[in-house]
Amino acid sequence: MSKAATRTKTETKAAKVSKNGKGKALDDVRAKHAVTDFVDVEKAKAEYMKRRASQLGSIKKTDKKLLRDMLYQMVLGRHFEEKCAEMYRMGKIGGFCHLYIGQEAIGVGSMLALKSDDMVVTAYRDHVQAMIKGMTPESVLAELYGKEGGCVGGKGGSMHMFSKELQFYGGHGIVGGQIGVGTGMAYAAKYKNSGQVVLCFFGEAAVNQGIFHESLNMAQLWKLPCIYICENNQYGMGTSQERAMSSRSIAKKADAYEMANEFVDGMDVMAVREATQRAIGRARKDGSPTLLEIRAYRYMGHSMSDPGNYRTREEIRKYQERDPIVLFKDSLKEARVFSEKEFEKIDQEAIAAVDRAVKFAEESPLPNESELFTDVYA
Amino acid sequence: MAVLTIRDALNQALREEIIRDENVFVMGEEVAEYDGAYKVTRGLWKEFGDKRVVDTPITELGFAAVGVGAAMAGLRPVIEFMTWNFSILASDQIINHAAKMLYMSGGQFKVPIVFRGPNGSAYQVSSQHSQAFEAFYGNFPGLKVVMPSTAADAKGLLKSAIRDDNPIIFLEQERMYGLKGEVPEDDDFTIPLGVADVKREGTDCTIVARSMTVPLALQAAEQIQKDFDVSVEVIDPRTIKPLDIDTIVNSIKKTNRLVIAEESHAFASVGAEITYQVMDHAFDHLDAPVKRVSTAEAPMPYAKNLEAAALPSVEKIVAAVKEVCYL
Repeated sequence: MSKAATRTKTETKAAKVSKNGKGKALDDVRAKHAVTDFVDVEKAKAEYMKRRASQLGSIKKTDKKLLRDMLYQMVLGRHFEEKCAEMYRMGKIGGFCHLYIGQEAIGVGSMLALKSDDMVVTAYRDHVQAMIKGMTPESVLAELYGKEGGCVGGKGGSMHMFSKELQFYGGHGIVGGQIGVGTGMAYAAKYKNSGQVVLCFFGEAAVNQGIFHESLNMAQLWKLPCIYICENNQYGMGTSQERAMSSRSIAKKADAYEMANEFVDGMDVMAVREATQRAIGRARKDGSPTLLEIRAYRYMGHSMSDPGNYRTREEIRKYQERDPIVLFKDSLKEARVFSEKEFEKIDQEAIAAVDRAVKFAEESPLPNESELFTDVYA
Repeated sequence: MAVLTIRDALNQALREEIIRDENVFVMGEEVAEYDGAYKVTRGLWKEFGDKRVVDTPITELGFAAVGVGAAMAGLRPVIEFMTWNFSILASDQIINHAAKMLYMSGGQFKVPIVFRGPNGSAYQVSSQHSQAFEAFYGNFPGLKVVMPSTAADAKGLLKSAIRDDNPIIFLEQERMYGLKGEVPEDDDFTIPLGVADVKREGTDCTIVARSMTVPLALQAAEQIQKDFDVSVEVIDPRTIKPLDIDTIVNSIKKTNRLVIAEESHAFASVGAEITYQVMDHAFDHLDAPVKRVSTAEAPMPYAKNLEAAALPSVEKIVAAVKEVCYL
């Protein structure tokens, strides 16, 4: 069913409900949150153009080295995931493999606003976030290859990247499970008075799990310094948000817990950065948690085994017009921070880094069979 | 030696470990201001305050997850389930997260956490409040499963569990909280996990019992001794995982007969596992087929007579011993 057809059906249903008086309330709620409804690409574009001046302003205020790092991480993430898709098709990577293409601005904008000892936990779409936290492309790709040189020695694979040294608490495979784990990490930060904050990532489909609601309740009740980042890529596997969630705004769900919340355009890396900085400020000040709904779009299938029959090429193409890397480059150019030449250099650096990762992963040995029984117990 | 109830022995263990290690805290429903649904945490909140003894909302999955995340980040939580029946809501965190974290992080993230509370039947609390979970949790690598049956074991094992770097399933029994026993007064008294205890020495038949069936097995052994002059050995593994199979096998080499008494259902139970391991290690030493006494294969009924019919009892254990001894 096309998106338009689905919407018509929903509207018809709403109109029917209006007759008994309930529909109006729903319409009011939708009208109130209309600003957050970016399912329509044209609306999103118009909203972004209004914001563009402020984005240029924030670019000018930001350290050039950091801006370069942000762009580099986004470009690296894109090339890395494209290489993963290629290697998956060649049979070099097994199991599930969820790619981050289209969502790079979320990881980069939020994580590069952290201090190095702040903690991060995420779901199974974790390769790029692991690298943004500082893990090498070599250790991530070797993990995808199931090799000894992988960040967890080949025991985790695509969904389970970890680095204690870099405070990257994983890569988790159960939808929503890490929302509770992240809440506990923030509990520890508060208990130890360590000053750390937690960035806890999850997809919009995880919001329908009980753990999301249990976690937000406790975090606000106990003032835990956790920043919940809902990466709304609009599809939970093959099911659109519209077909799975009774309400449109995820950010506003935090209102039910009296928690600070914000809706953010996930194609705008500077907007993500600034919203995260505001949330970090609240968390460091008095431990207040925040829910950020960051809307992006998943270009690829849910995983490499997803043929994507539930949406049209046209829909994907429209979102690709708002590609986060393209938007960021346009603004960097307009703000005269970097030239095309510098972009080319960044691109080449990223390609070279991915090539080194491939070489490392290819050459890394398979884990020794004795490793089967190590680390079952401490 | 002091004489304590199992409840107070557990309370002492918690108190001593809270004092010993600043990263230890107790969290759960009604553990603080209410003093614990079964009073295991009595007095702790008054003594240690909100930081170390934490009341939670009724949100089992949520607070189990908080425990797992906090343990990964360096704390040593003791998470109380008001009963283990409620742990099913939290089992995603226990099984998918706590049990696997060390392994799937390549040894980087330990999860030193104790999940504890009453397991098995209570008094006429019917189907949803009367289940025994040792076989369920015992099935997953990464978890250790502990089941004390005396006050001394309860204290010593809980202290070891809190000091252990792994996720521990610590299964108490509501019917046993008031049982008294001698407990060493040493603050540093611990009992290592994975070591069985011979609760009664004997030569003619071995009963392997755990938790609530230990006192039943001891009574059965006395009765058999009196009625038939047959000497029964009673072994309590105390830790289901890791299982001290050597102590069980050594006993069978002496007695050549085995009865297993357990409160869980029979199908795929810990008793089934012990039976297999005994066959593997001591097949030639058995003079009779192994017998099991388990809870009936039905949800627990409410009516007093039906509940009694479902549970293991002294009479059922005596009958099983008679059968394997051909009495």
